[in-house]
Amino acid sequence: MTLADLWYILIVILWVGFFILEGFDFGVGMLHSFIGRTDPERRVLINTIGPVWDGNEVWLIVAGAGLFAAFPAWYATMFSALYLAMVLVLVALILRGLTFEWQRKFDDPRWRRFWRWGLTIGSALIPFLIGVALGDLLHGLPINKDHQYTGGFWQLLTPFGLWTGVTLTVLSLLSGATYLGLKTTGELHDRVHRFATVIGVVAVVVAFGFYTWLHVGLSTGFVPEPLEALALLGVIVAAWAARERAEGWAFMAACVGIGGTVGSLFTELYPRVMISSTNSAYNLTVANSASPTYSLRVMTVAAAIFFPAVLLYQGWTYRVFRRRLSVPRVGGDGAVGNESDHAATAQPERPEQPEQPEQPKRPGRMERRETQET
Amino acid sequence: MNVELARWQFGSTSVYHFLFVPITIGLAFLVALLETGWYRNGEQTYLRLARFFGALLLINVAIGVVTGLIQEFEFGMNWSVYSRLVGNVFGGPLAFEGLAAFFLESTFLGLWIFGWNRLSKRVHLACIWLVSIGTVLSAMFIMAANSWMQHPVGYKLNSAGQPQLDNIFALFTNPVFLWGFTHVILASLVTGGVIMLGVSAWHLRKKHQVDAFRRTAVISLVVLLLATPVAMFVGSELGVVEGTYQPMKIAAAEALWNTCDSHCPFSLFQIGGGRNDETPTQIILIPGLLSILATNHLDGEVQGLNQLQAQYQKEYGPGNYIPNVFVQYWSMRVMAYIATFVMLFALWGGWLLYRHKLDKAKWFLLIAPWAVILPFLMNTAGWMLTENGRQPWIVQGLLKTANGVSPSVSATDIWISLVVFYALFIAFGIADAWLMIRFSRKDLDHDPIAKLVPGAGPGSGIGESGAGASAGGTATGPEDATAADDEHDDELELVY
Repeated sequence: MTLADLWYILIVILWVGFFILEGFDFGVGMLHSFIGRTDPERRVLINTIGPVWDGNEVWLIVAGAGLFAAFPAWYATMFSALYLAMVLVLVALILRGLTFEWQRKFDDPRWRRFWRWGLTIGSALIPFLIGVALGDLLHGLPINKDHQYTGGFWQLLTPFGLWTGVTLTVLSLLSGATYLGLKTTGELHDRVHRFATVIGVVAVVVAFGFYTWLHVGLSTGFVPEPLEALALLGVIVAAWAARERAEGWAFMAACVGIGGTVGSLFTELYPRVMISSTNSAYNLTVANSASPTYSLRVMTVAAAIFFPAVLLYQGWTYRVFRRRLSVPRVGGDGAVGNESDHAATAQPERPEQPEQPEQPKRPGRMERRETQET
Repeated sequence: MNVELARWQFGSTSVYHFLFVPITIGLAFLVALLETGWYRNGEQTYLRLARFFGALLLINVAIGVVTGLIQEFEFGMNWSVYSRLVGNVFGGPLAFEGLAAFFLESTFLGLWIFGWNRLSKRVHLACIWLVSIGTVLSAMFIMAANSWMQHPVGYKLNSAGQPQLDNIFALFTNPVFLWGFTHVILASLVTGGVIMLGVSAWHLRKKHQVDAFRRTAVISLVVLLLATPVAMFVGSELGVVEGTYQPMKIAAAEALWNTCDSHCPFSLFQIGGGRNDETPTQIILIPGLLSILATNHLDGEVQGLNQLQAQYQKEYGPGNYIPNVFVQYWSMRVMAYIATFVMLFALWGGWLLYRHKLDKAKWFLLIAPWAVILPFLMNTAGWMLTENGRQPWIVQGLLKTANGVSPSVSATDIWISLVVFYALFIAFGIADAWLMIRFSRKDLDHDPIAKLVPGAGPGSGIGESGAGASAGGTATGPEDATAADDEHDDELELVY
């Protein structure tokens, strides 16, 4: 295995990691508008990802920068080809990123509604468009012998690319729903469960279609690769476990499903990195797009130092914020019920709440209450 | 056409991005200082101040992050030839930035925002310091990459004439990097200091929470008094370094068309002189200053644009190697004059402080909030000076900007993206400024400890038991941590 192959694997790990982590972020972002019916409910849903979304998004940045450094030709061809699609992705990323910090900074319904839909639509667009892009890598795009893209915006919308986009969006929804299953309580939790049951079935159908197309349509043979089988199995298990309320299993299986799907795309792609539909001689490959050895060696050392540290402290973050969140009970004495399962009946307009006296709590069931913004 | 559009796009994105970056670098450091004050002597005022300025920090971090994201991909989108050619050198520092700085910054910022009642005081303080270190590291890697464009080092040309990295350490010992990085960090501290001073002055003038805001006024004045003169000194040294490697940049900054042997004068203002055949009307000339600025010696020689142009044509073939002189000349002056003004202003503040008159200094307190605009003009001018001065090169001596642009991207594509980005930049720039002003005028938290940990006595560490739970590995948190959780949401977002 050459260093370039190693870096291909690392780039794949970054994309897989991005979709596993940010996948549920996207899912929660899309769902918060629909599963949360009131402002406090939506806030609770956003807060389930509040502490971690930014760290998750860095996986995309590092995947992009790693591509730039390790495979400059791939980076150059891919992002100049995807020009307008990338503009859309960036707009979506901007809207999404600003929502987390800005939405609560001003108490006005129009302001909040704007960011609410910014988050919802942004979260749907990003996995869809990146999915289209990744699908296109494998499907092939018109690329000439100088490795320049010769098509326009509409040629980016290949059928397989679109289906990949749909698949990754649906898998993000499944991932988000199973994540929320672990993070919510009460009526909100019931709604999440109902949705997860439905999206699970949809995801199985969509993923089955995707793998049929990927394996039978684009390459030879009917026997799926082990990773593809694992990913499909992950989606099926996630759907079943979500229905059976085995929430930990459902989320883990959904992660396997979405991560395995992204991984499968790249496995099928290897050793090519971008396929030219003009002429297979113009394909970009690991070998012809990688940086020289010295650069790759430097990067390998840097990755060996920093990457394990990143995994450790990001893992620790999830541990710190592992608890379930619930919607505060409103009105009356303002107390948050210690039966968190019944505490989810928030109303849209909440009165000013005084500071709460300490409440005895059931251990292990963490609730967080929104503090009223003044 | 495409080159001009692509340059507009990248230039605007960079300038816009760098409105927010120095706020993040400067304020993250200052907030970390404030929280350290609270940690060390348990005084709640510092906690309240840290949370107050933390909110201002967060408003900007968001937009800094998303605009940085645009740049990350714009290299490939708009400059594919450049990316393909130099990615193996230039991409490295970018990847390190992500791995070493962005992960650190974003992860620990999340922990800091949401971790008030879950982490011990010590760990929470460590989080904001790690954020601050992350912002500085991020600037370091980006400056290493940028300095390579100004003065490429650590590479060899392969048989096809393509640059290939052969010494990564050279990128981090590049003199342009060492001086440029230091300059950027100092300028960020100045930016953070001016903002903190402006906000504090506004409250002092309104007699709001005078005791607390006097402290931040003092801190910001100390930062300004230290950072501003050093930033100016480092900037002038950077000028000397760049004069060595990019003499065009310095000659254009002085609109010096013909070589001057020694004791070269510096013009405070001039009208005209942007073209070779124009005779400028110079307003005030300071004898010898240009020689000192450009070479550190009174009798130093400063090369003229005409001579350099002739030399470059011999070296690199026909073409125009002179950057836009008007932009160079004025961006240099805007930057330097504003820096001088900020330093004098800080000295005035320092004097008032020394005479114990700061609280009642009507004019000073009136001007300080308006002075917040200055560092942004200064930073923008500084970047225009250094990036415009690099033209027509995208990598000095290696690749021209005109040859780095993406061939597959049409002018229409770039127009569409320009319009979209400009619309967002303007809208969100206004929103950001408005949010900043709004949050700058708010009161401090009355009793943050009570808000974070109900019933906690003074001096008790916030959520110490919560941290115990996460460190101890028990799935069930202790009772008081539960209560703290219950009482609290991401207070920085919601409490105000």
